[in-house]
Amino acid sequence: MNALETRNVTKQYATHKALDSVSITIPEKTIYGLLGPNGAGKTTLIRIINQIINAEAGSIEIFGEPLQEKHVGIIGYLPEERGLYKKMKVGDQLMYLAQLKGLNRKDAFARIKVWLEKFEIKDWWNKKVEDLSKGMAQKVQFISTVMHEPRLIILDEPFSGFDPVNAQLITEKILELKENGSTIIFSTHRMETVESLCDHIALINKSKKNSGGAQNPGKGTVQNQHICNRT
Amino acid sequence: MSKVWLIIQREFLNRVQKKSFLIATILVPLIFPVIIGGLFYVALKEAESATAETIQVLDESKMLKFENSKQFTFVLLDMPLEQAKKAYNETDDFGLLYIPAFNINKPEGLVLYTKENPSIEKVSNLKSSIEHQIQDLKLKEYNIDEAILKSLRPTVNLKQFNLTETGEEKSSSSGLLYGLGFFLGILIYMFVLVYGIQIMQGVIDEKTSKIVEVIVSSVKPFQLMLGKILGIASVGLLQFTIWIVLISVLSTVTMGYFGAKMPQQQAMEQVSKQIAPDSEVKEAMDQQQGQVTEFLVSASEIPFTKIALVFVFYFLGGYLLYGALFAAVGSAVDSQQEAQQFQFPVTIPLLIGYLGLFMFILRDPHGPISFWLSVIPFTSPVAMVGRIAFGVPDWQLALSIVLLIGGFLLTTWVAGRIYRVGILMTGTKVSYKVLARWFMQKG
Repeated sequence: MNALETRNVTKQYATHKALDSVSITIPEKTIYGLLGPNGAGKTTLIRIINQIINAEAGSIEIFGEPLQEKHVGIIGYLPEERGLYKKMKVGDQLMYLAQLKGLNRKDAFARIKVWLEKFEIKDWWNKKVEDLSKGMAQKVQFISTVMHEPRLIILDEPFSGFDPVNAQLITEKILELKENGSTIIFSTHRMETVESLCDHIALINKSKKNSGGAQNPGKGTVQNQHICNRT
Repeated sequence: MSKVWLIIQREFLNRVQKKSFLIATILVPLIFPVIIGGLFYVALKEAESATAETIQVLDESKMLKFENSKQFTFVLLDMPLEQAKKAYNETDDFGLLYIPAFNINKPEGLVLYTKENPSIEKVSNLKSSIEHQIQDLKLKEYNIDEAILKSLRPTVNLKQFNLTETGEEKSSSSGLLYGLGFFLGILIYMFVLVYGIQIMQGVIDEKTSKIVEVIVSSVKPFQLMLGKILGIASVGLLQFTIWIVLISVLSTVTMGYFGAKMPQQQAMEQVSKQIAPDSEVKEAMDQQQGQVTEFLVSASEIPFTKIALVFVFYFLGGYLLYGALFAAVGSAVDSQQEAQQFQFPVTIPLLIGYLGLFMFILRDPHGPISFWLSVIPFTSPVAMVGRIAFGVPDWQLALSIVLLIGGFLLTTWVAGRIYRVGILMTGTKVSYKVLARWFMQKG
């Protein structure tokens, strides 16, 4: 079964077309790299999959079902622009985010404990986020993305700002999640990270041509898609 | 819905558990009586210690009499004006009043010299005392004797009654209603502004801390906005309830300490005395006591329960209407400073309501402008609570309530459309044109 299938997804903003008829197919239990320069439309596609914004045209299927509101619980999303409530305690914050994903208090508590132990940060529960270092906060953000055991995990530039030790740690966890049956979408503009991790790669690129005549580099359309299967 | 509930809970607990909430909630009921008490004390002391101002009088007409009062002490002079001016300059006296010989049918040439600009109150008191004397002189010319003159100026105590449609008489007191309308109007204005700005700050915080994209991947932006608005509303209601309880407890304790009874209790006793068939008691009261009783009777006839219900409704309605707009402003900007350019236009209608309260509602509660201010949703929260104590026809109240409900549904809808786009935009230079585009944007 495919984890995700988009068909002719199109998104038009007032001034430019962000996505032009994008079709991708992501097989279950794989790591799928979404590669492309900044502004190509990767984040727009990811936001559509997360139902943060809606596409004008096209269809999306997730694990064989048309994408609906109930699916937010089986997706874990680490956005490129990510942060936490600074004044909240780590534990309270994770409990809140887990419940928003649909877990009840008991399950949320049990799973957060497991993940804090995995990262050896059990004693952080009562720490305020504003007292954490950047690396520490990144661990908490990663936990918030995966604690509800999502079947589809979407990571947008996950390593930006990570130190090498943390990046290695997160890479290990990503591979572990894949072993346990999760599908992972990995969006980045850095070729090397995709090459070393992904089973499949799709290239999303800007159009260099404009139908109106005058050149406008701000108007991105999806023109080329190469899917290369490494396995 | 359960997700909105989670958001409400977080917003509520996060604010209520803060030290600043505890401090504000406990200190405000303490600070206000202290400030008001302090001002009263200073005013009383000043009134006690105030001495009469000395005015030198050079009366060439020899027609007027000057009697010393609490406010003025008069010193009569008999010398040429130039000399009097020089002499006056060497003293610390308040003023020099020059009265030339004048025709009582056309009094002209009276001058008051002072060293500094005197207050309007003092000048008008002096002026009216001279006018009265000239009036008396004229009346004397018509051979009207002194006893009749005195009887021409009786002291009038105007009693006020409202005649209801059923023919029932209700005593009323404009002063009391004015005070109540004034207080409630300001309270709504402050509540809506303070809590509205809290919503805006909350939205900006979520945007700048970058948590918002994670949240909206789990809930709809509209749910997040609604949860925040309702969460902060519950903080406001809790704070308000605590204030009411604290103020009642404090005043009971203080009254008990000073051996006085609660004002309501006194009012009840006075009322029962007045309506008692035994009218001897009533007659025994001197005039002053009678006035106090009238005041308390008026107070007891104000429908406080109705006013309280109306107040809570307009607080919530006004808060929801403006809260949504504040949320939209917060979503559109990246920082507090940037917010100011949009915050101002949002607060203008609220300000109009506030100014209208003083310029129209309290002066003429049943005039056409007061009517419009109290039914238009943007000004009605402040205007209607200011007006309600004066008595508002039911149909006007109903119209105003329906329009306010419609108003906040409309602003919430508009704000929601801007909010869903705004919270995901950072680093955009936002103008009204951009806001309009976000509003129109599909999906």
